[in-house]
Amino acid sequence: MLRIDPAAYEELRRHGEEAYPHESCGVLLGRVEDDEARVAAALVRCANGRTDTPENRYHIDPKDLLRIQRQGRERGQDIVGFYHSHPDHPARPSGTDLAEAHWLGCSYVITRVARGRAEATASFVLAGGNEQEKRFLDEEIQMVPP
Amino acid sequence: MTVHIPTPLRPYAGKEAAIDVPAATVGEALSRLVERHPDLRRHLYGEEGKLRSFVNVYLNDEDVRYLQREATPVKEGDALSIVPSIAGGR
Repeated sequence: MLRIDPAAYEELRRHGEEAYPHESCGVLLGRVEDDEARVAAALVRCANGRTDTPENRYHIDPKDLLRIQRQGRERGQDIVGFYHSHPDHPARPSGTDLAEAHWLGCSYVITRVARGRAEATASFVLAGGNEQEKRFLDEEIQMVPP
Repeated sequence: MTVHIPTPLRPYAGKEAAIDVPAATVGEALSRLVERHPDLRRHLYGEEGKLRSFVNVYLNDEDVRYLQREATPVKEGDALSIVPSIAGGR
């Protein structure tokens, strides 16, 4: 389960609309609770590094991740997930999304943006104990105000 | 030196966020780390024993690929960060 601050939820959807027709992407900071739910208390927008095909690919510069990881540490937060948008495409992980996902146990939030408007937003946890077994499982999104 | 462990690898590293290891090079630090937490090995290294392509390793602010990779010398007080990559698309 992903518990997210409603303001962060709205922000990631807005980012998808602003980036349209390109894919938006960013990082969710927070903590993992004892029941393994991820609590996203803050969101950090990232630049889409795939300037060659930004309409159907995204990449976050690892240097940005390093900086965000460090910022989080200073605030007692960890990276608990990521978000990106699918312009004119369903809010489901694609084959590329799975192939390039390596943060096991983290949430991957996808928003369908159709003709510039954010529609469905869904979250998936990257399950499995290793690269061979990894798979995305649907997870509930629960709005939890800070 | 301190090795910072990202969230997905902590279950394989005794749930630690940071681990101190004595080392003179990046490679030595990673070796000490997997000696201490053997479950980390398959997450960091492929079958041929090389670091997996999606595993980025930063010495302080520098990607070790642009330094001397695993041969990069390190000193007390340095921080090594393991940062798996993030990408995808529809």
